[in-house]
Amino acid sequence: MTTSGSDMSVESVVRRVVADHRGQRGALLPVLHAVQAELGHVPQEAIPVLADELNLSRADVHGVVTFYHDFRREPAGRTTVRICRAEACQALGADRLVGYARESGLTLGETSADGSVTVEQVFCLGNCALGPAVEANGRLYGRVGPARLGSILNGTLNETLDGAVSS
Amino acid sequence: MNNSSHTAATVYVPRDSAARSVGADEVADALQRAATRGDFAIDVVRNGSRGMLWLEPMVEVVTPRGRVGYGPVTAEDVDALLAAGMLDGAEHPLRLGLVDELPWLARQTRVTFARVGVTDPLSTQDYVDHGGLAGLRAALDMTPADVVAEVTESGLRGRGGAGFPAGIKWKTVLDCADELKFVCCNADEGDSGTFADRMVMEGDPFLLIEGMTIAAHAVGACEGYLYIRSEYPGAIATMREAIAIAREHGWLGHNILGSALDFDLHVRVGAGAYICGEETSMLESLEGKRGTVRAKPPIPAIEGLFGKPTVVNNVLTLTTVPMVLANGAKAYQDLGVGRSRGTQVFQLGGNIARGGIVETAFGVTLRELIEDYGGGTRTGRPLRTAQVGGPLGAYLPTSMFDLPMDYEAFAEAGAMLGHGGIVVFDDSVDMAAQARFAMEFCAEESCGKCTPCRVGSVRGVEVIDKIVAGTHPDENLALLEDLCDLMTDGSLCAMGGLTPMPVRSALTHFPDDFLGGRRLLDIQPIQPVQAIQPVQASGVRTEGTA
Repeated sequence: MTTSGSDMSVESVVRRVVADHRGQRGALLPVLHAVQAELGHVPQEAIPVLADELNLSRADVHGVVTFYHDFRREPAGRTTVRICRAEACQALGADRLVGYARESGLTLGETSADGSVTVEQVFCLGNCALGPAVEANGRLYGRVGPARLGSILNGTLNETLDGAVSS
Repeated sequence: MNNSSHTAATVYVPRDSAARSVGADEVADALQRAATRGDFAIDVVRNGSRGMLWLEPMVEVVTPRGRVGYGPVTAEDVDALLAAGMLDGAEHPLRLGLVDELPWLARQTRVTFARVGVTDPLSTQDYVDHGGLAGLRAALDMTPADVVAEVTESGLRGRGGAGFPAGIKWKTVLDCADELKFVCCNADEGDSGTFADRMVMEGDPFLLIEGMTIAAHAVGACEGYLYIRSEYPGAIATMREAIAIAREHGWLGHNILGSALDFDLHVRVGAGAYICGEETSMLESLEGKRGTVRAKPPIPAIEGLFGKPTVVNNVLTLTTVPMVLANGAKAYQDLGVGRSRGTQVFQLGGNIARGGIVETAFGVTLRELIEDYGGGTRTGRPLRTAQVGGPLGAYLPTSMFDLPMDYEAFAEAGAMLGHGGIVVFDDSVDMAAQARFAMEFCAEESCGKCTPCRVGSVRGVEVIDKIVAGTHPDENLALLEDLCDLMTDGSLCAMGGLTPMPVRSALTHFPDDFLGGRRLLDIQPIQPVQAIQPVQASGVRTEGTA
C-alpha cells in the first residue's frame, strides 16, 4: 500500500488514476478515493498533480481533501478501528467503549506508536439495532462490549460473541 | 452453492451487514462445510434480512409447509441443528416456526420491504418472479406526464425527512425544457437510528434501480447518480453489482425493456461527511467539491447537479415508486392517515429488545412500535425517552408515546418524523449530555458555510456546560433559548436549523437533568486492556471537544 520504486511515484499513481476517471463528471472524489486506496492516504505531493490534471486550483483540491473525514493526510495503522458514537450506540454504552480505548492508551484520531492500530470515532454505521457497533478494516461488528473491543484492537478476535450489553 | 444434488435443501442465510456483524458469514461457512463434507445436501442462498435484527443471524429452511426460521444461530450451533433435522424444519430450541407467520412480521404491511429477506438480492429471476419490473413496465406504457400525475395522486411524500410531495418535485423537473437532466438518489443515510436505506440497497437493489429508472422516464432524464455514504461498503458493493447485472439484462442503458428510454446509473461514494445527506451539499459533493450547502432558491429541481434540472429523492421514496406504478395510486392512497399516505419504514434501534424494521401504515403509535414490536429496552430497565427522526429529531418522554406516527401530528408536538428512525434510551440516560451531544455533533459536522450553525453550535456546547455546572443558570438558560431561536431562524439548512430540536426537547421534558435535580445512575468502571502500545499523533481524525 506504500510507494516503492520509481514506477510507483505519487505523481505516476495520481496521473494514472486521473486517466482512469477521465470520462466522469466531477471526478475529484472518485479520484481521491482511488488514490487513497492505492497509497493508503492522500499525500501532500498529490495535491499539485491533481490540480494540474483536473484544471483546479491547489486551494480547491486542498479544500476538498480536508473537508471530508475519510481522506487521510498521513498513513493509518495496520488496523483501523472505528467506534460508533452516534445516539443509538450511545444508548447502549458506546462511550464506555471510547473510555476503554482511552484506558488502553489509545486516543481517538491517532495511531498507536507501533503503527498497529488507528482508532477513530464514526457517527453511525447503520447497525443501530445491534449496537454498540464497531468497524475494523472494513468489517462491521455488532453488540460489541469492552472485552470484544479489546480483542478487535489487539487483532485477536475469535468469533465468540459478547453477551448483549454485558461487561 | 452446492450443485451436487438437485434435491438439495435450500437454506437462506442473510448477507445483510447487520446480520454479518453478528456472525452470518460464519454460519453460512459452517453450512457450506457440512455440504462440502457430503453430510448434507444444502444449497445456501444469501438473502437480505427480514429485519428482525435481534434474531440475526436467522437461518431459513425451505420446507413443503413454508420457510422455517432458526435464530439467532451461531456457527457452533450449525452441526447440532443439522443433526436435529433442521433441513426438514424439525424442532430445536432455536426454531422460530414459519417465518411468514411470526407475529412481528405478519402484523406489518410490507410494501417497500416486500421482497427484502425473501429473495436472493442479485437474482434477476427472483426479482421478476416476485413482481419486479411491473412498475417500470406500467410506467413505460404511460406518458411522462401521466407517470408524474400518478405519483402525485398517490400522495407519496419524500421519505428523506422533509416530507415534500414527490410528484410536485418531479413535475417541476419535467416542465424544464433542458436537454440534460439528472436523477439523483440520496443514499447518504447518516442519521443515527436509520438503516432502512442500507437494508433495501443490500436486500433488494433492483428495486432502487427500477424506481430511479421510472423517475428518469417521468422527468426526461438520461443519467442518474446514486450517492452512497462510505460507511456502507456492503450497500456500495451490492448496488454496483446489481447495476452491472441490470445493464446486461437491458434494464439499464439504451432502449430499456425495448422502449425508447435511455438511462444509465452511476454509484458515487461519499467521504464521511454527514452534511452530504442534505440535498444541495450532496450535489456539491457529486460535482467534486466540498459538501457545503447551497442557498435555495434556485431549487435543485430547476438548477441542480451541474446547474441542470435534477430530481433528488431518498432511497425509500424511489423504492416506493415501483409499487405505486404497479398497483396504481389508489392502492397506495388507501394506506395511511390524513396527509401521510402509504406506509412508513420505521427503524427501531438503540436500547431496544427487538430492534429492526417495522413497515406499516402511518398512524401507528410510538408506544406500539417501542413496546409491542420492540419489547421495551434491551437492558430491561425502564424506558425513559426515544429520539425520533435522527440526531436532529426531538427526544420524547414516555408520556408522549401515544402520539400517532404521522408528519402533521409530530410537527404539532414540536417533533419530527424524519426518516422514521427511533432510538430508545433507558433511565440511565443523562439528557443534558444528550443535548450537549446534539450541539457537539453539529459543531463537528457543520459544513461551515453559515454562521448560526458553525459558531452557534460551538457556543451551544459552552452554554450547556455552564448550565450544568450551575453557573448563572437562569441567565444561561435564557441565552440558550436565544441561541436556539437564532439557529432555527438563521441557518441555511436543516443541520443548524434543527439542532435546537433535540436540545429544546431535552430541556423541556427533562429539566432536572440540566439543573442538578436528578442523581445520575452509577456507571460501571471499565477494566483496561493490556498490550496496546502508547500512541503517537498522526493527525487523522481528531476527537470532538469532549
